[in-house]
Amino acid sequence: MRLILELALTHIAGRGRQTVVAIFGVALGVGFSIAMAALMQGTEKDFIAQLVDTMPHVQITDERRTARRQPAEDLFAAAQFEGLRPKEDRRGILNPAAATASLRSWVPGRMAQSLRTQGVIRYAGRDVGVAVIGIDPETEARVSSVAGDFVEGSFDALRAGGNNIVVGDSLARRIGASTGTTIQVVAPTGQSRGFRIVGQFHTGNNARDEGETYVLLKSAQILSERPNAINDIRLQLDDPEAAPRVARQAEAELGYKAVPWQEANESLLEALVVRNVVMYTVVGAILLVAGFGIFNIISTITHEKARDIAILKSLGFTQGNMRRLFLIEGLALGVAGSLVGWLIGFLLCFALSQVEFKLSGAGVGREMTRLPLFWSPWHYAIASAFALISSGVAGYLPARQAARLNPVDIIRGAT
Amino acid sequence: MEAEHLTRILPATVPVTLVRDVSLSVGEREFIAITGPSGSGKSSLLYLLGLLDRPTSGTLRIAGQDTSSLDDDALARLRLEMLGFVFQFHFLLPEFSVLENVKLPMRKAGRLTSSEMRDRAASLLEELGLAGHLDKRPDQLSGGQRQRVAVARALANDPHVLLADEPTGSLDSKSSEQVFQILRDLVKKRGKTVIAVTHDMDIAARVDRRIHLVDGAVVSDERVVPAAV
Repeated sequence: MRLILELALTHIAGRGRQTVVAIFGVALGVGFSIAMAALMQGTEKDFIAQLVDTMPHVQITDERRTARRQPAEDLFAAAQFEGLRPKEDRRGILNPAAATASLRSWVPGRMAQSLRTQGVIRYAGRDVGVAVIGIDPETEARVSSVAGDFVEGSFDALRAGGNNIVVGDSLARRIGASTGTTIQVVAPTGQSRGFRIVGQFHTGNNARDEGETYVLLKSAQILSERPNAINDIRLQLDDPEAAPRVARQAEAELGYKAVPWQEANESLLEALVVRNVVMYTVVGAILLVAGFGIFNIISTITHEKARDIAILKSLGFTQGNMRRLFLIEGLALGVAGSLVGWLIGFLLCFALSQVEFKLSGAGVGREMTRLPLFWSPWHYAIASAFALISSGVAGYLPARQAARLNPVDIIRGAT
Repeated sequence: MEAEHLTRILPATVPVTLVRDVSLSVGEREFIAITGPSGSGKSSLLYLLGLLDRPTSGTLRIAGQDTSSLDDDALARLRLEMLGFVFQFHFLLPEFSVLENVKLPMRKAGRLTSSEMRDRAASLLEELGLAGHLDKRPDQLSGGQRQRVAVARALANDPHVLLADEPTGSLDSKSSEQVFQILRDLVKKRGKTVIAVTHDMDIAARVDRRIHLVDGAVVSDERVVPAAV
């Protein structure tokens, strides 16, 4: 076996230029597939991260999936009711303290509760309809992405006495207010109060920057005349992928609608699936092309070695020896190519990650400055596995053929 | 080495009979030349005798063992241990040094230690007048030198029979003479059997036994009194 190995290595070393070409061919295939895969998966992860970061992983609201059964339906065994006037439920999540306590006991992650209500902001004769969200500054900061998007002030500033409010920068600009300005907030109940702006945020999402305002939970409850009520629990999980499971369990426990981010962004994720199919097709095609290149180079070398096969067989080497010899040669080229390919792939990734470009414009909220690349050992493993398989097959198939050949035929052909 | 009714037919749309019903017996210390016109099946017969090819019919016994029942790997083993080949072209592996080329069959057989193999290869090459060329590549040698390396390689495992296919076919007359002398010495001094295919009549005239083939069949098999050289 050692002899065969040495034969193989000498064969390879003996043909410098060809070996370099073969290794380089393998390396290019491996390198480009690694870079492509890193880029493709990087952009996907980046996209999902943008999605996941800006919204709660699971959102529990006071809605239910199906309309609540009416008492009359439980009472009478009738097939259908006409003209039933539904009982008016108290809005909001019932017994919020118990609900959050039970969630806190098993949910792997952080949570924030809030009361979300509608309101109109009135300032300098202008009326703007907004969502007024009552929050607890401390927990909110740990869950909401808005916490990181403050241009001025912070959630904490809400606590500093009196009625304070945080608004989006677009909204502030629109109504001509700035930090420190006191604006009127009118609730659907008719309640109206003055709030002082203590912070402005810029998320890049226009709908939020123009339509969301944050006040203390207490203030929101007073505005909407619903003491102690909350209607929105948001969870930020340690593992975003666990969201559907957590949502199912929360829904089963509380009876309220719990929406994981995957469900909330179904159409976007569906588009992503299509994109993934395209991406894996492209990466697969690169690997396939690279595989054929590898096959081509190595089978050419093997064919050129047919004479050596005849010689070695006449010396007393067996068919099995010959097959193994060329399998090893193919694999050795594959291994060397893979290693060089890793380097090429790594350098390509590095070079790509250095490419800077700006996306800025009215319609685009966030500025992407670098290509997102995802580094995964799997890319390297899969690419070189592919290279090794193709080079092994490329060494083995022609070698099997050549080993079966009668040495006489090859010798005759040579003379 | 006993051959009985060896026949080799090349399967094709029109089957070609390469070797027709050849029976012969080869003993020890024989120096045999197989002669005949081109296409008379000389080389084919040699390949059959050398176990490189299988006969279509007939049997070949080597050292009393019937070879027709052996599989390819067993044949390879027999070739390794009993037979040595020299072809018209040297067929050395171009990537290996002269010494490595000669060591190859020994390493395959795996009976000697590394240093024993080296010593044996070196002494074989020295005997053949190649003492100064051990570490050269085959393409740095002349045709005659390469052919002598090939002979050394054929002798590496101390075979009983050396088979040579036109060993001097591609050499000038001086190198031819050298190779011939080497082959003759193998028979006379080392007690080997040499079977050489040749159409060099000068060589054929000086061997111990001449087998003449026409159209794949033996037409004459004569032992000659060694001529004075």
